[in-house]
Amino acid sequence: MDIKNFDIVVVGGGPAGMAAAVAAYDSGITSVAIIDREPSLGGILRQCIHNGFGLHKLGKELTGPEYAAVYETEVAKRSIMVYYETMVTSVSADKTVTATNKNGILKIKAKAVILAMGCRERSRGALNISGTRPAGIYSAGTAQKLMNCEGFAVGKTAVILGSGDIGLIMARRMSLEGAKVEAVCELMPYSGGLTRNIVQCLEDFDIPLYLSTTVAEIHGKDRIEGVTIAKVDENRNIIEETKRYIPCDTLLLSVGLIPENELTMGAGITMDNVTNGAVVDQYRQTEQSGIFACGNVLQVHDLVDYVSDEAEIAGKSAAKYVKNQLEAGNTVKTVAGNGVRYVLPQKVDIKSSEDVSLFMRVTAPFGKVRFTAKSGDTLLATAVRLKAAPGEMEKITIKAEKLREITTEITLSLEEL
Amino acid sequence: MYDVAIIGGGVIGSMLARQLSKYSLKICVLEKENDIAMGASKANSGIVHGGFDPEPNTLKARLNTVGVEKLFAVAKELNAPIKRNGSIVCAFGEDEEHAIKELYNRGIKNNIPGMELLSGDEARKLEPALSDKVTLVLRATNAGIICPYELTIAAMGNAMDNGAELIRCFKVETIEKADDCFTITSQKGKTVKAKYIANCAGAYSDEISALAGDNSFKIIPRAGEYMLLDKAAGSLVSHTIFQVPSKEGKGILVSPTVDGNLLTGPTAGVVNSPSNTETTAQGLKIVERLAKKSVPSVNFRQVITSFSGVRSSEKNGDFIIKMSDVTKNLLNVAAIDSPGLTCSVAIADYAIEALEKSGLKLTPKANYNPNRPDPHHFRKMTDDEKDAFIKKNPDYGRIICRCEGVSEGEIRAAVTTNPKALDIDSVKRRTRSGMGRCQGGFCMPYVMQIISEETGIPMEEITKKGEGSNQLIGRI
Repeated sequence: MDIKNFDIVVVGGGPAGMAAAVAAYDSGITSVAIIDREPSLGGILRQCIHNGFGLHKLGKELTGPEYAAVYETEVAKRSIMVYYETMVTSVSADKTVTATNKNGILKIKAKAVILAMGCRERSRGALNISGTRPAGIYSAGTAQKLMNCEGFAVGKTAVILGSGDIGLIMARRMSLEGAKVEAVCELMPYSGGLTRNIVQCLEDFDIPLYLSTTVAEIHGKDRIEGVTIAKVDENRNIIEETKRYIPCDTLLLSVGLIPENELTMGAGITMDNVTNGAVVDQYRQTEQSGIFACGNVLQVHDLVDYVSDEAEIAGKSAAKYVKNQLEAGNTVKTVAGNGVRYVLPQKVDIKSSEDVSLFMRVTAPFGKVRFTAKSGDTLLATAVRLKAAPGEMEKITIKAEKLREITTEITLSLEEL
Repeated sequence: MYDVAIIGGGVIGSMLARQLSKYSLKICVLEKENDIAMGASKANSGIVHGGFDPEPNTLKARLNTVGVEKLFAVAKELNAPIKRNGSIVCAFGEDEEHAIKELYNRGIKNNIPGMELLSGDEARKLEPALSDKVTLVLRATNAGIICPYELTIAAMGNAMDNGAELIRCFKVETIEKADDCFTITSQKGKTVKAKYIANCAGAYSDEISALAGDNSFKIIPRAGEYMLLDKAAGSLVSHTIFQVPSKEGKGILVSPTVDGNLLTGPTAGVVNSPSNTETTAQGLKIVERLAKKSVPSVNFRQVITSFSGVRSSEKNGDFIIKMSDVTKNLLNVAAIDSPGLTCSVAIADYAIEALEKSGLKLTPKANYNPNRPDPHHFRKMTDDEKDAFIKKNPDYGRIICRCEGVSEGEIRAAVTTNPKALDIDSVKRRTRSGMGRCQGGFCMPYVMQIISEETGIPMEEITKKGEGSNQLIGRI
């Protein structure tokens, strides 16, 4: 068995892993390894051939592979060890990372570990749609990979369930390849996707978006032949009399992303039931000292730009940890108050000398709102938005000097204006 | 000409082929699908039933009593996953307590070892997740769980290793008989000649019997819907938890599976056709409600898939295993509903006795090998053993299915080992690739590539589960 030592091991070489490794290296830790299961870095970006990446972070509009290439180049400039086609099978609380590849089993003893495994899509099984179990049902990302990386057409007539961003992007992608997208159905009364994607991927292609609508049944024995769609009431129960049949040979599912946290849980790390990611502080350190998490494995982001930002925090923090410069600190909890579904980080070290940004998602679409962060009666920060939607992550920053005034948990809430 | 043509590659047909492959006989199995275990054998509860439930003196009772230990022995030879976890039947109140005591007495008559009656509190000590409302249980310690399709695949693989032939995509359309020889013709015009037919066609066994001239029974297809939960829920209970059985079946169970998931189901509803394996919103709601009756803490947000299987019932309620009274040398092995899986080895042996009595000569084969190599040897290794194995077999170092940790080597083995997996679902049943929480979202394109490489089938022609179920429609 191959046994190695590195100061920092990054699990996953997607956008989060690459940015974290580069940030850690640039913070003075040169013994860094990235482990990735694919033959090249980039993760899911490699199949995202559409544009729209990098506007915030790099100031230019790139495709997914181009965005990945920017970071791949940065990794290559540094002497960061990359293990390709290597799958991490476990991470232990004592920071031993076990992985497997065609050379055998690899065990790496690390001083710090950064978890950057990304997320996966929810499957049909998790939705429990009744009916038959034919071919032609794909999670949107699987179809995207088959089309964009392997060059195969998956179907001619499609219905898409879920208006998450991948579903919207795939509605456009299939249309461009000559398929007819009959409908995009969204269970909720609003779309979970970015406004720009609804405009550019559906409206520009005359694809109807049916809100409060779901796929009630799947038909067809061998290959899917059609679906029954139906409106749902406010409790998301199917309204029988609204059922209607749409013939199709493909059903794409874009019904949510689930952080890929099997390794995290295997290491016994405390999880957040709402984000489905680890509980972290502002350094993105989990409750297991020396194990950090960032990117979609921690919380599902809207834009890769924000993934890179978060990964840089984790990379720098891990480097500090290795240098024994990351204080244990004095932490308070953050709490999701009125209109807020979750807050990340879940804990804040109030001894920090740096500003702390809190990220959150709202529970439903709102018009003009004011976000406030309070600790007891002390107002820590406030921000006004013209509108807020669950599909768009919000941020509020607490100034370092304000941290000194914190005595108890920080509650984030919104009021409608 | 074959000595015996077995029609149907379910657990019964496959086990019969395996038990017959001990003898110097030319055997084939005719299967209408692209893989075996495609009917009820891939969609049932996977239970080794204790044997207290069948009415005494029926074939079901007799074969269940001997069948449990036969199955454990054969599963061991075949390296098919099986586990003796015991079962519990729950009574909720006085009426059902009476029924449970009756079951216990029936078990005594059926000669079932290892039964005991426990109070609700005693039962909850064994199974803390059991409902507070359970007042009495019947525990059967001889009962177990088994993976039904893995057993079927293992039995057929071993039969093939011992010389039996599997002919796939052979949907029987006509059966003609002349001079003590059957000519069986498929929908595609292929023919097979055989001296004996063993009709193991499951839900279609009445149709096959009729094609051979015997209309003596009619199969009533009854669907059972299930929901399978994530491995995170797999240790909620250790026993198989039943409710009091009725005429329609053994009620909704909550059980661990040999793979570590939690299974709930089945419903019991007569369906219009044996091919109707649709799940229904209504059926799944029933499963959820009744499963929670026994084990209130089952979390149905952890469901990873739902499915439905069709049982082959008959009006008299017993198995039909006998030579046809009308058509000479036609053996019907039909109406094999619960406890058919438990009895599969006993049924095969009983069927072979019937064949022998009607003149089939059984000469033991000298080189018969009862064992099948363990297809899951790799996943049972320690890290050091895996490391050494990967150094010799590098394909085992590349993980294809991240949820279940299945390697490229295991998938290649499934595609090249008897009975070979030729489509995506076949790989899934043999390796568990695609069976985890992401349900193939990640591994499917890789599995397709491997099948294509090993078999030469172009990517566009690779199917999910046989003809017509192509995943891709062409190149972009």
